[in-house]
Amino acid sequence: MPETKPTGRTNVKSTLILSTALCGVAFGAMAQEVNVVSWGGAYEVSQVEAYNKPFTAETGITVNMIAADNPATPLRAQVEAGNVTGDVFDVEVSDAIRLCDEGALVEIDPADLPSAPDGTAAADDFVPGALQDCAVANIVWGTVISFNTTKFEGETPSTAADFFDTETFPGKRGLPKNPKRTLYLALIADGVPAAEVYDVLSTPEGVDRAFAKLDTIKADTVWWEAGAQPVQLLADGEVSMTTVYNGRAFDAMVAEKQPFEIIWDGQYLDMDMFVIPVDAPNPDAAMEYLKFATDTQRLADQAKYIAYGPARKSSNELVGLYQDGVTEMAPHMPTSPEALANAVTDDPEFWADHSAELTERFNSWLAAS
Amino acid sequence: MADAALDPHAAIATTASGVGSGTLTTADGMPLARALAHSQRRARRRAFLLVLPLLAFILITFVVPIGQMLARSFHNDGFSANMPQVSAWFASTEPGTAPDEAAWTALAQDLIASADARSIGVVGTRINYDMPGTRSLFTATGRQVRRGLEPPYQQALLEINEDWGDPRLWSVMRSASTPVTANFYLAAVDRTRDEAGNIQQVPEQQRIYLTLFWRTFWLSAVITGLTFILGFPIAHLLATLPMRKSNLLMILVLLPFWTSLLVRTTSWMVLLQQQGVVNDILVWLGVIGGGQRLQMIYNQTGTIIAMTHILLPFMILPLYSVMRTINPAYVRAARSLGATSWTAFRRVYFPQTLPGLGAGAMLVFILAVGYYITPALVGGSSGQLISNMIAQHMTGTLNWSMAAALAALLLGSVLILYWLYDRLVGVDNLKLG
Repeated sequence: MPETKPTGRTNVKSTLILSTALCGVAFGAMAQEVNVVSWGGAYEVSQVEAYNKPFTAETGITVNMIAADNPATPLRAQVEAGNVTGDVFDVEVSDAIRLCDEGALVEIDPADLPSAPDGTAAADDFVPGALQDCAVANIVWGTVISFNTTKFEGETPSTAADFFDTETFPGKRGLPKNPKRTLYLALIADGVPAAEVYDVLSTPEGVDRAFAKLDTIKADTVWWEAGAQPVQLLADGEVSMTTVYNGRAFDAMVAEKQPFEIIWDGQYLDMDMFVIPVDAPNPDAAMEYLKFATDTQRLADQAKYIAYGPARKSSNELVGLYQDGVTEMAPHMPTSPEALANAVTDDPEFWADHSAELTERFNSWLAAS
Repeated sequence: MADAALDPHAAIATTASGVGSGTLTTADGMPLARALAHSQRRARRRAFLLVLPLLAFILITFVVPIGQMLARSFHNDGFSANMPQVSAWFASTEPGTAPDEAAWTALAQDLIASADARSIGVVGTRINYDMPGTRSLFTATGRQVRRGLEPPYQQALLEINEDWGDPRLWSVMRSASTPVTANFYLAAVDRTRDEAGNIQQVPEQQRIYLTLFWRTFWLSAVITGLTFILGFPIAHLLATLPMRKSNLLMILVLLPFWTSLLVRTTSWMVLLQQQGVVNDILVWLGVIGGGQRLQMIYNQTGTIIAMTHILLPFMILPLYSVMRTINPAYVRAARSLGATSWTAFRRVYFPQTLPGLGAGAMLVFILAVGYYITPALVGGSSGQLISNMIAQHMTGTLNWSMAAALAALLLGSVLILYWLYDRLVGVDNLKLG
């Protein structure tokens, strides 16, 4: 028995040495990695394929993807706790502006971003609103109306107004359970031109008008919360028409061969932005990543994996085929001319001011059934 | 020592041993009482050290974070910490004082400093909670004053935006100038302050939280009742069947219990929706026509059905564990003494199941009060609970103070209910298994 003791100690010792060595390796590698917090799902896959793999191949910096329900929440929590672990966060415009105003984000100079292949400066190459003080957009995405073609015989719906016309186009409707992506649609269907939606919504009468229009289909509405739900509702036949994120609708139509069609009239345009929190553990690698991911080629590559539009004008010409090799992506982009004809662009300032108030009113309206 | 002297047995022992000092000692000469106290202290210390890891774990992962979270409900220094000069002006003047040039100067200088420090968003967000629509007043003014601002400041600020002269804004800034505030609690019970600082109800179309609190408790009570009605016979069956059969049944109870919450909730969607399995069967049987399919989900009914199913095992298991220990001879004795089976059940069997029922009802009710994933998915517009609002403020509007206030009220009401339960039934009657 006495012999076992020294052996045991040697084992402990060697384990200690080994683990210390491993720690050393891990610390050495830390300068060569970047933690990106994004939304998960098919969107994350598109980022991994289009940004991360070529980035690692070119720079040797490993990219760790972390999924969150809404990356703005962990970002704010980490900054408040003084323990920031993410380097790059993918957030919505209103959150990017809000967090920037609160001093949680690093400011980004557009002059640091790569220019387009033809030499156009980044400041002129990005679509309007894509460059904020602390944020750079990577995709433009739309909330659109989609319907199940098997539900209608003869005439099919084609406008936002048809969404509210349950006489001509019977069946339940799917809408998200928030004011941001419902009120604008009610106003458009009520005849407000897309460009004036936020002017109308800024007045109390405009808000009343939107709720009055929503009242007309309240009894026929199924409310959804997660992005996967509207697709499911439409496929099950539970609703005949719903609003849905355009990438999800595209995925269902092309990858899963569902009998859906998209109505671009009354599209709601939003952007997703990359931001870097103050005190990010790897600020240099984060900035490298951000520049690389938002260059012309990378944004165009992403469109191969998901139907979200690139935030750079110069990327649009490079958009080619879907990963199945046959579907042309350009007409499915929320930034295509047809899609933009009557599109509302998100107004982050409006929502920063009125989100709390309108959300309360919306919830109160919902509860009073 | 005194105790030892008063102890009659000790006195006898002392006399018997004949030790001159009058006290018993251990072999190494220490008085026995002290040795005893010493060894008891050591045992206590050892016991304490054993629970120390658990205590530390609970403190670090439970008490401290919850405490910090709850502190946010009444402590928000978003305005006071970033606007020190105007906060000082508020502190030195009476409520209702109209702003003079000193106040405007303080405000302007705070705005400039805050805009430079990039904290103007925090300030605007804080004021926006109490006065919707003002956040951009702060951030937009902040962007302008970074380019410079000339006195007189009242005129300069009013030129940028005349909303700066709004007396309600000044009243709201005054109430935000101290970090401790009750406003989030007021908002959580659908109240707000007017210009003069008086508490009043919010406009009718904005009232939501009281309705939701009421609905949450009402639905939780209904669900607790339903789990009792459904669970009691099953628990009884499980407790009285021969072991082999009851084990089989137990698996049927436990299998769904071990299945992911999301899977079970989604299964209910498949079953209950208008184009779902249940409606299809009813139409096929001719019970209802194809045009009158029942709306069983995406409303309150959906929430009740799905949550009752999900929470059922929490009622069955405590009931079962109590019922198994009930001696069947008692009921047989009652019957033999002439009681009808209903009387025997009511007066002999049922009272003995109360500890299990109490535990089950508490578990189900408290779990139901905090549910939010299931109501979010199947609740539609009328099946939402207060936790859905808390989740929304945590992840959507990022108004953590409001979420904390709502959560504190929820926690408080659960504790009150627990206290009531203790008064009426007695917590020591609880039996969890």
